[in-house]
Amino acid sequence: MLLITCPNCGVAAEETELHAGGEAHITRFGPEASENDFEDYLFRRENPRGVHFERWRHANGCGKWFHAARCTATLEVFGTYSAQTTEPPREILETIRAKRPAWTWRDLK
Amino acid sequence: MSTRLATGGRLIDRNKPLGFSFNGKRMTGYAGDTLASALLANGQMLVGRSFKYHRPRGIVARGAEEPNALANFGESAAFEPNQRMTTTPLTEGAVIASQNHWPSLEFDIGAINARMARFLPAGFYYKTFNWPRGFWKHIYEPFIRRSAGLGKAPKERDEDRYEHLYAFCDVLVIGGGIAGLVAAKAAGDSGQRVILIEQTGSWGGRAAVDGGQIDGIEVMQWIKETLQELEKNKNITIRPNTMGAGIYDHGYTLAYEQTHDLNAPRHRLWRIRAAKIITATGAIERPLSFANNDLPGVMLASAVRDYLADCGVSAGDRTVIVTNNDDAYRTAVALKEGGLEVPAILDARPDPLGQLVEKARDLGIRVEAGRGVASVTGKGRVQGVDVCLHAGEGAVLETIPCEAVAMSGGWSPVVHLWSHCRGKLIWDEEQAHFRPDPSRPPINHDGQGFVITAGSASGALQTNDVLADAHRAASGAGTPPVSDAISEGPIMPVWVMPQGAGIEKRAKMFLDYQNDVKVSDVQLAAQEGYESVEHAKRYTTLGMATDQGKLSNINGLAVLSDALHQPIPDTGTTTFRPPYTPISMASIAGDARGELFQPLRRTPLHDWHEDNGAHWEPVGQWRRPYAFVRTGESVDQAVAREVTATRTSLGLLDASTLGKIIVKGPDAGKFLDMMYTNMMSNLAVGKCRYGLMCSENGFLIDDGVVARMSEDTWLCHTTTGGADHIHGHMEEWLQTEWWDWKVYTANVTEQWAQIGIVGPNARKVLEKIGGIDVSAETLPFMTWAEGKLGGIPVRAFRISFSGELSYEIAVAANQGRALWDMLHAAGDEHGATSYGTEALHIMRAEKGFIMIGDETDGTVIPQDLGLDWAISKKKDDYLGKRAQARSHMTDRNRWKLVGLETLDGSVLPDGAYAVADGENANGQRKTQGRVTSTYQSPTLGRGIAMGLVSNGPDRMGDVLNFPDTDGKPHEARIVSPVFYDPDGEKQNV
Ligand SMILES: [Zn+2]
Repeated sequence: MLLITCPNCGVAAEETELHAGGEAHITRFGPEASENDFEDYLFRRENPRGVHFERWRHANGCGKWFHAARCTATLEVFGTYSAQTTEPPREILETIRAKRPAWTWRDLK
Repeated sequence: MSTRLATGGRLIDRNKPLGFSFNGKRMTGYAGDTLASALLANGQMLVGRSFKYHRPRGIVARGAEEPNALANFGESAAFEPNQRMTTTPLTEGAVIASQNHWPSLEFDIGAINARMARFLPAGFYYKTFNWPRGFWKHIYEPFIRRSAGLGKAPKERDEDRYEHLYAFCDVLVIGGGIAGLVAAKAAGDSGQRVILIEQTGSWGGRAAVDGGQIDGIEVMQWIKETLQELEKNKNITIRPNTMGAGIYDHGYTLAYEQTHDLNAPRHRLWRIRAAKIITATGAIERPLSFANNDLPGVMLASAVRDYLADCGVSAGDRTVIVTNNDDAYRTAVALKEGGLEVPAILDARPDPLGQLVEKARDLGIRVEAGRGVASVTGKGRVQGVDVCLHAGEGAVLETIPCEAVAMSGGWSPVVHLWSHCRGKLIWDEEQAHFRPDPSRPPINHDGQGFVITAGSASGALQTNDVLADAHRAASGAGTPPVSDAISEGPIMPVWVMPQGAGIEKRAKMFLDYQNDVKVSDVQLAAQEGYESVEHAKRYTTLGMATDQGKLSNINGLAVLSDALHQPIPDTGTTTFRPPYTPISMASIAGDARGELFQPLRRTPLHDWHEDNGAHWEPVGQWRRPYAFVRTGESVDQAVAREVTATRTSLGLLDASTLGKIIVKGPDAGKFLDMMYTNMMSNLAVGKCRYGLMCSENGFLIDDGVVARMSEDTWLCHTTTGGADHIHGHMEEWLQTEWWDWKVYTANVTEQWAQIGIVGPNARKVLEKIGGIDVSAETLPFMTWAEGKLGGIPVRAFRISFSGELSYEIAVAANQGRALWDMLHAAGDEHGATSYGTEALHIMRAEKGFIMIGDETDGTVIPQDLGLDWAISKKKDDYLGKRAQARSHMTDRNRWKLVGLETLDGSVLPDGAYAVADGENANGQRKTQGRVTSTYQSPTLGRGIAMGLVSNGPDRMGDVLNFPDTDGKPHEARIVSPVFYDPDGEKQNV
């Protein structure tokens, strides 16, 4: 039962309060997109064993979406941050770099 | 035979005798007995039969690790199978029955399996049942069904209560032995909030039996005083009879309480969040693997002295001790001091030297070093022990007559809770067991270890080590308590006895008692290539019984390691999974049963429906009337009557469950143009438009009428089941993609009651009530207006899901009933008929209107349903637009919506597939379509159906065959899905 702090309301929320929303920071491709771009957008995911950036909704709480940086293997949560951003904030990246020197995710490292 | 001694038994109350029955036989025990101790006290050593070979089995252990002694317990509504006799307290009038035998415990037909043992080797299930195929149904399955399943299933509804409780603390201490007591006290003294739980009803664990002194006072007194101090500390909560069942991610713990209190819920499931968890779960003694080690009367050495000390029960007058360590000598000493005979201690070690060994010798007990058990002899129970050299092959040196054998193969820390959340183990060569590796604990959300082991659970087996380790685990201040315990000599690992035993002996050495897994089975598994411990486990079923291998685990993987010629740590352990011991299904359900299973949503008209014959249908968490059944009428007749009354005069529908979402703001129009396939931004105020919502994959997810309320406000109607998730869908896009758009959404579904007034007389009844102009000129089809109806403020929507002249009137929820009553009174002259969901479904199907969830299943796009007219060609973008242009979505052979008319007028079976010529790659008949909705139409007097058919709209008139599940053909012709009033003359009046 994961324990993740919602950055919108500050509650340390039980997993049952949360709704998982899959990978974060995915750019939407619309009607003009090529077949390949659109396929990537709809279906291609990092699915890493290790550091991951994901979307969560505090569904049975404040109702707001947020992002979490989390290790999919150890379940360690490096931090949570606003869903209204296109990339992880600097302090989250610093935390991960300190704890997992060899990590990579897409073109982040 | 086992019996009750005249004196002794610290936990029983000889002034409180309890009558009970075992397999119908009357017996007597005492308050403080478990079922197991009471049965032993009555000389009942045979308590069940094993799963596979039906071998006679007796009680082996004293606690949760017991593999054999399972019972059908209780009667009628309080009946429960598979109750562990060693952990179930005896109660007055208890009804106990043994399991897994036929026709009786003493004479069991299934025991023939034992003689078939060589035909039932490891992997028997895998090997045999695949061939020949025809044997499965007539031979193997009946055989397995009769022998499978230990207890009986309860027949009656459980009459007891169960509940969930939530608790939070700084430190959760699991286990109430001396380690748990020391840790709880240290944590509590430092001001932390502590919860201490213990799975049994008594405190102090093994120390309470083994005695000695702690800090200069007798152990029992020390336990009592420590407990009193814990009770005085307001930071500490103490729960006996509460087992730590499982530790889950980020420190979430489930504890299982059996209250044994008739005035309380029977079981409680505690859901505990602790910042730190100390597992003081102790250690479990290992059996030794020698031939016939499963005969009733062969017990763990610790259990023998527990029954003596706790319950005044002797396992037999003469007990032979078999051991590879010093601890078993405590049993010999206790028996001797209790006035019983210990004919010999057979110690596999060539040169046992410890102080306990000396003590036994001083008492005159014969200690035989370097000896082992060649075989236990006796029919149905222990009658003697054949002694051999442990180092040899098992030549019998002598036979010692006895009634019981007390065995000890050493002690294994209870690592289950540590391991549930990926805490790692290391192999301790010196003590011959796996113990937790403190450097690799389970980690919490911050990456910090959150479980610490204390005492024997850490691998500390000597009392002073236990006390010091527990004190350290809780970061106690000052020095730890100190005991006067004497030091013990080293253990010698023994995995097979004698070490050179041949196959005949190894085939009688039981590792897993409940599942009948022998040393020879594990060796065979290794020989056949099952080298991974997880594979060997599943192949042999070692550790897969209800005791989850608490006794067999280490012995089994030691044998496997030996067979693979590799060190034990290279083999590793299988995965430990919660719960530690089985917990009741009822405790998991808690209060969530019957009416409390889930919240029930009621419309403002619910009570009226209830009073007027509603035949209910669950729709999500709502209850909606399927039909209103009158006296003397069947449900089908009621549905037909409702349809006809509505089509010919006047029907009233409770449409309150319809989702209602307000979308408001300067960018609301732009937002809705993205959410819907059609244009909503150009909808005029006062107008309504039918809209389709798709996922980004292009699939249709919801539909409904959108009304523009004002310049910046729209009201979106959703399906009954869709209100919450469509509101969530809108919020997701607003919060995570277009967060700079100025839009506000609110789900107001429950704020409004909504009533459909449907049929040729709909306008007349509204005009009779009066207040709002509902004329064709002022309120044409697909418009809405605000006003008053009979003095009640309303919104009137001129929309139709039936094809009739129809209004939907929305009022504040608390006015819903008043309006409903007013409509019935005013409509009486027209025979106003309330109708349910089935009439609604039939009328929409007669008109060819699709229903989300019937015509859609998450793979259907609007284009499949002939809804191209509701897809804007003018918009650059909407959710799903790009996906609908993918090649598979534009394939002309997609299954598309058509009407289906059976040739004989009958009703097509729901969900039936239309078969095509040929077979697919799996040898199944090819299909070309399926039925999505099918009804008897009261209006047309024949069966009508909708379906999705490959390239269907271009195949009008074709006849398809829809076989039923029994293969019976149903022929239907492809027709237009609009069966009734195709030109809409009835609704546009
Ligand atoms: Zn929140």
